[in-house]
This record gives sequence, structure tokens and C-alpha cells, in this order.
Amino acid sequence: MTHFVDRRLNPKGKSLANRQRFLRRARNQIREAVQKSLKDSAVADLGKERKIKISTKGTKEPRFRLDPRASGERDFVLPGNKEFSPGDSIDKPKSGSGGAGKDASDSGEGEDDFEFTMTQDEVLDIFFEDLELPNLVRTTLKETPNKQWKRAGITTAGSPTQINLVRTMRNSFGRRLALKRPTMADVAALEAALAAAEQDDPVDPAKISALKEHLARAIAKRKWVGFIDPIDVRFNSFTEQPTPTSQAVMFCLMDVSGSMGEREKDLAKRFYMLLHLFLKRRYKKVDVVFIRHTHDAQEVNEQEFFYSRQSGGTIVSTALDKMLEIQKERYATADWNIYAAQASDGYTQSGDARHCVDMLNELIMPLCQYYAYIEILDEREMEVFASEDSGAELWRAYRTVAEEWSNFATKRIAKPADIFPVFHELFKKTEAA
Amino acid sequence: MSSKLLFTDSEWDFATVERTYKAIEDIALNDLGLDVYPNQIEIISSEQMLDAYSSIAMPLMYNHWSFGKMFAREETLYRSGYSALAYEVVINSSPCISYLLEENTMTMQALVMAHAAFGHNHFFKNNYLFRQWTNAEGIMDYLAFAKKYIAACEERYGRDEVEAVLDSAHALMEQGVFRYRRPPRPSKERVQEKRRRRAEYEEEAYSELWRTLPAGIEPPAAPPTRDHEDEYGGDAKLPEENLLYFLEKNSPVLKAWQRETLRIVRNLSQYFYPQRQLKVMNEGCATFVHYTIMNLLYERGQISEGSWLEFMHSHTSVVFQPEFSDRRYSGFNPYALGYGMMADIRRICEKPTPEDRDWFPSFAGKGDWMGTLKDAWANYRDESFIEQFLSPKLMRDFRLFALYDKADASAFKVSAIHNEGGYRQVRAMLARQYDVGAADPNIQVTGADLKGNRTLFLSHAMHRGIPLHNQTKELVLAHVERLWGHDVKLEEHAA
Repeated sequence: MTHFVDRRLNPKGKSLANRQRFLRRARNQIREAVQKSLKDSAVADLGKERKIKISTKGTKEPRFRLDPRASGERDFVLPGNKEFSPGDSIDKPKSGSGGAGKDASDSGEGEDDFEFTMTQDEVLDIFFEDLELPNLVRTTLKETPNKQWKRAGITTAGSPTQINLVRTMRNSFGRRLALKRPTMADVAALEAALAAAEQDDPVDPAKISALKEHLARAIAKRKWVGFIDPIDVRFNSFTEQPTPTSQAVMFCLMDVSGSMGEREKDLAKRFYMLLHLFLKRRYKKVDVVFIRHTHDAQEVNEQEFFYSRQSGGTIVSTALDKMLEIQKERYATADWNIYAAQASDGYTQSGDARHCVDMLNELIMPLCQYYAYIEILDEREMEVFASEDSGAELWRAYRTVAEEWSNFATKRIAKPADIFPVFHELFKKTEAA
Repeated sequence: MSSKLLFTDSEWDFATVERTYKAIEDIALNDLGLDVYPNQIEIISSEQMLDAYSSIAMPLMYNHWSFGKMFAREETLYRSGYSALAYEVVINSSPCISYLLEENTMTMQALVMAHAAFGHNHFFKNNYLFRQWTNAEGIMDYLAFAKKYIAACEERYGRDEVEAVLDSAHALMEQGVFRYRRPPRPSKERVQEKRRRRAEYEEEAYSELWRTLPAGIEPPAAPPTRDHEDEYGGDAKLPEENLLYFLEKNSPVLKAWQRETLRIVRNLSQYFYPQRQLKVMNEGCATFVHYTIMNLLYERGQISEGSWLEFMHSHTSVVFQPEFSDRRYSGFNPYALGYGMMADIRRICEKPTPEDRDWFPSFAGKGDWMGTLKDAWANYRDESFIEQFLSPKLMRDFRLFALYDKADASAFKVSAIHNEGGYRQVRAMLARQYDVGAADPNIQVTGADLKGNRTLFLSHAMHRGIPLHNQTKELVLAHVERLWGHDVKLEEHAA
């Protein structure tokens, strides 16, 4: 007896549990690998599923193995002899892997590092493992678009489509029992008895009239005790329940004046990308607003934000103006968590820095959950400005804001490798939080 | 003639698969006289095939991270196109379960059914090692038990605890088999004592609630909780080659559930041990059978020429053996060697040369190739099969040659080649290469200082002066120490 079984519909992913165990086991190596791969990857690939290569350290599965290279002697047989005769010698391959030197006994001593693909979720989980947005506040529930219908028991009123038949019939049955509604069978029995009585010889008029009366009463009762009465009817009831959603908006402010080259923009983009991924993970809804500025600020789409080659002088405060304008228009603080990240090379028109500081202190910081200022420097500059206290005008001005506001942070980056540590530091989990 | 074709399309459906199966079965049973377990053919998707791979090709397996690692690796290789999925996976169980990949063409399904459901199946059922060591009827139940048991332990003692024991047990898997004998039977009193304990436990764990479960649902398997079991210090016989067995029975620190876990790993290891000694024969048998069946189907006009060509294409790539200097070379291809030898045996039976008559007087020219093969499939393992049946012609075809390797020399020495003077030497050496007993390090428990500081003594008898790989040795010993709970000393000495 042979069985043919179609297993294709069986649940897949039987190995998921093992995969999770493996990820957990290899946590440290994976974390290193993910960070490395994020660091080196192209801007556009940041949030994608990715292939990572981890070392087998920590996931080694050692077995006792023989080591024929250490000492001893052995024989082995190979296929494919073309020119050798007994007594010939063949030089051993220089190091490790090489055709002739390899045989069963030395496999397994040096397990290769290996590659595998992680889903976006797995990558982000690891990436954000110990990060947290500071000052995370849940926004109000008011008029959120997310509502869910939830069962709310049984009611006596509702729309016909929501009739609960079981409950209705149960009530109807109980009522019919309680009021002793004659059944069809009862009526039929009476009718039969009446017919029989009419056939009787001699006819008993008293019995006939009694039966007629019974029958009439039964029929009448069936009329006034309805099969289903409006009081029996029950409806399923649902109520709308608002589900809390939290939302965030991120303002990306970037200086695109002539001094910001591709390299600077690329660094900035990486930072924004991380911030975006991060917010997305924390909030149901995340909006991103791109504002670029030279001596004049505009809201643009992402593409333009990063790739347009607009140029001009620099007035940073225009971007702040723009941000406030958009915020007033679209992002009420009652409903939105507001984040801003500003990237600049730190040069602005003289006097403008002062203006920015005033705006930040008085208007912007009270609105924001968090404001990060990223100054993008040359690597050479990085050395010059080794101390946090020295720097260009904007930097020094912003330092005063940072002293005032704990949710204002300033950082400098010069190369892709700096981004992650800086990001990490900016969004470090605070014990108090 | 076309009316006799089993299928014309490369697409398959269940009716076609079933019809083709019947035709293959007819040839396998009536023409070839194969003797098989009942078959169960399952169609699975590629994802499920990956799943199957990564639980050592068993449909049921306890959870462990190393299977996840295997899966991650296989999946990456597969998705990036480095490796194709096997067309089939077959399980040594009764009924014999063969998985067919849904993406296969109809020709491939036929090939796979002939290969797995009849070739492997016959071999599983008849080879003496499988008969002796594996229990085809019981394996699925045992795996189900193992999975449930490990899961229950994880729940009770925590994942990390269980993982640690499994890690250590896996490290010793190859030292967890009895190579020459069945495990010693426990004494009668011991068995009775165990039975009494079990009854006691069941009594303690009994709950009225279980009675309310609907039929068919069993109460969760609960591992015994008793920490102390009087197994320790029992009937240890030394030396003992089965390290896992020794630790299970004698470790001073293991709790009952940890002993049971070791036992599970040990039983699995034992179950797979014959497989390791029969790679060449097992694959050879399956390949020979599918080759013979597919050709008969073609000769009888049951499959089309196109289908036959497709079959030949995949057959030849399966039995391809790269030469040692080829970049693709990674050792002997068991399919190539096994199939080559079996096809050669048929040739020797049917059209022997004088040389063959010299070498194989017992069957050369006798014509009964199927009988000769069936006898070989039943009564040999790789090592002895090669030792007995590898012919000079095949050695020439493969251009075999033997190298002598001394660790401190800078060059290998060619010690024999495929010529009159070298045949026997080459054959003997190749056979040794397939002796799992010689390839695995020979490690034994030689003593345990149970009265003193409880040091465990292991010894490695070096074969021809080859020592253990030093780094991995230390790593594995750390695992042994974890299981033993005290110092472990490993000495290496010449055998």
C-alpha cells in the first residue's frame, strides 16, 4: 500500500525555532557583522534584507579530529592519475586548501566563516537592541484614525444583519414554552378529535362545541403568542474602540550650500536613514519632512534633498523658520512627537548663529522631543577640533543650547564609521528613562 | 507506441505520479526482485526541503541552534545559487518516506521514485548493518519522544541549561556509538528498580485532570524530577569506547534529565552510524537501481526519448567524478564510485574479460548480476565492498593512484598506481579510506578515579602516529569536563 501525500500545504518554517536559537547563540558575532555591513553599505540599501557574514567563533561545534599535518604517516587514494609512476613525488600544496592535500580527515578543523541572509526585522532588532528614543511620549488618543471594532456582548437593538440567531431562538423558545403556545401538532390533534367527534354516532353536541372552543382558543393563542416576538430578538453588538497610536515626525534639516559636497551629504543621509528606521520602529506612523537650505529654505522630497546640486550662501535660520512654519501647519504638538536632525558643515553667515540659538531656545526646543545637531567635518578638521569646546561659530553657539536643554545634542562626524557610535550615543538608553 | 507512454509533459500531477509509481514498482519488484518497506511518497516545497536538510534530514527533530545554523547556511547557498537542492530526501523508516520536490519535472519525479523509494528503500531493508543497528519501525516514535522530552526539559530547566548539555553531547556524537557490540544490558534488578521508580513517578505526577483530556491527547511528557539516581558508580566496564554511554551511566554530576538527553543524542548517533559506513554502497545501490529502472522504462516505450535524455543528463552529472587536480575535486563522489562498481559487477557477470575471470572467479560470466548485487548490498559495507569488488578495469577507468604521506616530508610519494603491480595495493588502501573505524580517532575511557579526585582518564590510541588536532581537542575536552564535572585527562599514545 503506497501513500502519496501532498505536504506542500503543511506549515512552513519548521526551522524558525532553530533559527531563533541560532541568532541568539551567535548574537555577538551577528551584531558585529550587522554593524559592519551597515557601515559599509550603500545609502539606498540601509533598510533592506541583507546578507551578513559571521565568523564561526561562538558557534563552533568542535569534534575530535585527526591532524595528519602534525605528525604520523598515512596513505590515501585519489582519482585522475595522468603522469605519475610509483616512486614519483608530488610537492605538498603550500598552505591548507589545495587539491591533493585535502582528504576526509582534516575537514572540520577550520570551519569557514559563513554567510547568511537576515531579514530586515532581524537586522533592525539587533541594530536597535540597546537604543531608545529619549523622552518618548505617547501622544494623545484623540481622533486617531485607528479604530477597531470589538465585540461588546448582546443587545436588544441593532441592525438586521447583526441578529444573533442562537440567542434569538433561545429566547423565543423559552417564551413559547412559558406561555404554553400550542404547537402545530396540538392544533392538528384537536382538529382530528373534532372530526372524529363529528363522525360519532350519536353526535355529542356538547363535546363538539367544547372541542371547537378549544380549537379556536388554540388557534387564537398561536396568533397572539407569536413564534418570534420582537422581545426575543437579540443582536450582536460591536463597539468602536480607539487604539492608541503614537506618531512622530522627523524634520531633516540640511545645509546644501556649496561647502556641502557629496561626501558630506552622504554622511548626513546615513544619519537620517538610521533615525528614520529607528523612528519607524518605535512609532506606528512616522512622517519625514525634508528641508534643505542655502540662504533660503525649501521643503523638498528625498530625492531632491540628497541629490540636487543647488548652491548658494548659507543662512541656517531660514531652515528653522521653515520647520516652524510646517510644524504649525501640519504637526500639532498634541498629536505628534517631533524630532529634528540638523546636519551642517558648521558654517553660516556671521550673526546668524546667534539668531538660531534664540529661535531654538524660545520656539523650537519647547516643541521637540529631541533635536540632534550633526556637524560634518573633514577628517583633518576633526583633528583640529579635537576638543568639544573649539569649533566654528555655529558649533559654539549650539553648545550653549545644549547646556540649556537636555534633549538637545550636538555631535561631530567625519567618516561613515563615526555614524553609528554617534547615533548610539545620541540615543543611548538612559537609566532614568 | 505513444499510447504506452506514462507521461508526455514535464509537468506532473498526482495521477501521473501515481501511474508512474505503479510502473516503476512493477519493474522493481517483478523484474529486479527488490524487497522493500512500504513506501510513502510526499511532495514538498523547496522551503520544506530546506527544513528537512537542516534537521539532519529527519522529519522530526528536537530544537537546537546548530540546526538553525545549518539552515542559515544551506538557505544562503541555495538562494544565492551556489548549490541546488537535493532532488530527494529519503528516510530509513517503515513506511519508507521519500520526499519529492514540487519543482521537479515529471522525469525527475520518476527518477527520484526509482532512486529513493526502491533503491534506498531496498538497501535500508536488506543491508546487515541497517538491520542490526536501526529500527525502521521505531525511529519516528523515538524522534517524537526525543523532541517532546527536550522541549519539556527546556520548559522546566531553561533553554540555556538544555542547550549546554546538547552542545556537549553533540561534540561527542562520534564517540557516542558502540562500534562492535550492542550496549550492555542492565542487570535484572536494575531494570526492576527502574520500573518501580517510573511507577512511583507516574503516581506522583498523576493528576485527575489528565482524565478529562479528549482521547488522543496525551498529558505533557514530564521529565523525571529526581535529581539523584542511583545509576552512578554502577557497572562501568573499562575501557569503554562509547564516551557518551560512559558519561551517561557514570558521570557524578549529571541529573536524571541530563542523562536522558545524552542518551537521546547517543541513540541518534548510533542510528546514523551505519549510514556513515555505507555512503558508497547506499548511493551506489540507489543510483544503480534508478539507472536500471529508467532504462527499462525507456526500452519498453513507457517514457519518451526526450524524457530519457533528460534523465541521462542528470544521471551523468550525479555520477561525475572530478579528477584530483580539478578545482571541483572534493574527495571521492560516493555516487560515482558506488554506481561505477555496481555497473561494473553487472558487466563482469554478463561480459567478463579474462582478467575479470581471474579476479572474480566466483561470479564472472555467471550472468546472475542481480543476485550478485543483492548479495553485496545485503552483506557488505563500504570498506569490505571495495576490498572485494573493485575491479582492475574500474581502477584504470578512475585512474586511481595511491599516495604515501609523511607529516614532516615536503612531498607526497606515489606508492602505487593502476597497474599490474599496484591494483591490490590501491584497492586495499581505498578500502581502508572507507573504514570509519580507522578514520575516527580511537578514543577510550581508560579509568576514572572515583575514590579520589574523580579525574577521568581518556586515551587516544594513535593510528600510524597521527595525533588529534590540538585546538579542537581542547575544545572538545572542555565539553567532556562539563559532562563529567571534574578534571579530564586525555593521553595520546601509539597504538
